[in-house]
Amino acid sequence: MVKFDAVVKRYGGLVVLDGLDLEVAAGERVAIIGPSGSGKTTVLRVLMTLEPIDGGIIHVDGEPLTHMARNGRLVPADERHLRRLRGRIGMVFQHFNLFPHMTALENCMEAPLHVLGLSRAEARERAAGLLEMVGLGDKRDAYPGALSGGQQQRVAIARALAMRPKVMLFDEVTSALDPELVGEVLQVIRRLGEEHGLTMLMVTHQIAFAREFAHRVCFFDAGRIAEQGPPDRILVEPEHPRTRQFLSAVLESH
Amino acid sequence: MDLIVPLLRGARVTIEIAALASLVAIAVGLVVGLARLAPWRAVRALAVCYVELFRGTSLLVQLFWWFFVLPHFGIFLAPETVGIFGIGMNIGAYGAEVVRGAIRAVPRAQHEAAIALNMPPALRMRRIILPQAFRAMLPPWGNLLIELLKGTSLVSLITLHDLTFVAAQLNVATFRTLEIFSLVLVLYYLLARGVITPAVRWLERRASRGWVRSEV
Repeated sequence: MVKFDAVVKRYGGLVVLDGLDLEVAAGERVAIIGPSGSGKTTVLRVLMTLEPIDGGIIHVDGEPLTHMARNGRLVPADERHLRRLRGRIGMVFQHFNLFPHMTALENCMEAPLHVLGLSRAEARERAAGLLEMVGLGDKRDAYPGALSGGQQQRVAIARALAMRPKVMLFDEVTSALDPELVGEVLQVIRRLGEEHGLTMLMVTHQIAFAREFAHRVCFFDAGRIAEQGPPDRILVEPEHPRTRQFLSAVLESH
Repeated sequence: MDLIVPLLRGARVTIEIAALASLVAIAVGLVVGLARLAPWRAVRALAVCYVELFRGTSLLVQLFWWFFVLPHFGIFLAPETVGIFGIGMNIGAYGAEVVRGAIRAVPRAQHEAAIALNMPPALRMRRIILPQAFRAMLPPWGNLLIELLKGTSLVSLITLHDLTFVAAQLNVATFRTLEIFSLVLVLYYLLARGVITPAVRWLERRASRGWVRSEV
């Protein structure tokens, strides 16, 4: 479903992704863990095309994302190509990034209405259904400013799902939440995985959640995957010394 | 009483010029402000030239140019036209900077959320960025429109019979200087405080209806 091939990303002189190879199968749930600055959030950002890459190639659903074929050669993608491919990907952000001037329902209707071209009635029905699914059917007319962090994040999940993406990206979606609100968001994500079989990439510090929910865990260090495998192995008996060090530091703080 | 009637007649001209010039200023401010952020270099350069030229020279001299210099090139403009467009285009240059600043102040995260929902650039600007910027640009626009109102007194120097012109005329005819210019002072104040400020406040309340800015 998603394939990174020797992907390089630099910020000035700093190399954040250092020839990254990563393949994610359809329906697979991959948790990305690692110390800050290891490039884990950048993986999601380049996949969402929020940042251009400096080398390598990314495929989504069998098609190059950041490049397109022209006269038999691959050239950097133009806006039209990006828009076509981007529709397959949805993203949820650490700080929710809801549109503050719209209600929860309007947040979820906006893109289906103006990007997918749904009718107002269809968009409304889809948005209302998704808000119901994330447990916020009664909050549809609330503005983001009147919602708790956990509620805002659940609206953000519904908003992304309204575009019917094939791949969902979760970027530290519980890191900005008060501890007692983390559970409600994780529960929604769990249901998505179990009932809808979405392909998911999540950057997370929730080690316990990753262990029970992810099919695979990738430990990032210095712009590469230092170690990856089933959660029970990576999170319980890691081989790489950096993974061990990281896990003991994270578990210490809990 | 004999003063107030002619002064109110002058005030009417002032209000007409100010209202129409405000529309010009807002339109120019929006167009030039957006042009300052356009993806095309030439458009941005043009917008910068406009802002610097109109902001960097005296409004009165600009009005004299439109009214007294252009006829030398065979272009004759009515004084009302000069008043409305001359003042509107001048204030619009300041407005462009207000528009640009407010758009730039919308957090990058809002752009990213819109990209992640696959919105094309024009839609992002129209539906997501501008409505949020609009709210932020209202207070500075309130300032500018008050500035504009007071700037209309300059049209008395290009033959228009506005509030200031009538006052000067009455002063020469009656020598009741204190009364006349006190009344004029009050009238300008009432227009600014009684019309522009409440209108902008009302817009601010409307624009922020429902939403409280979250702290992030």
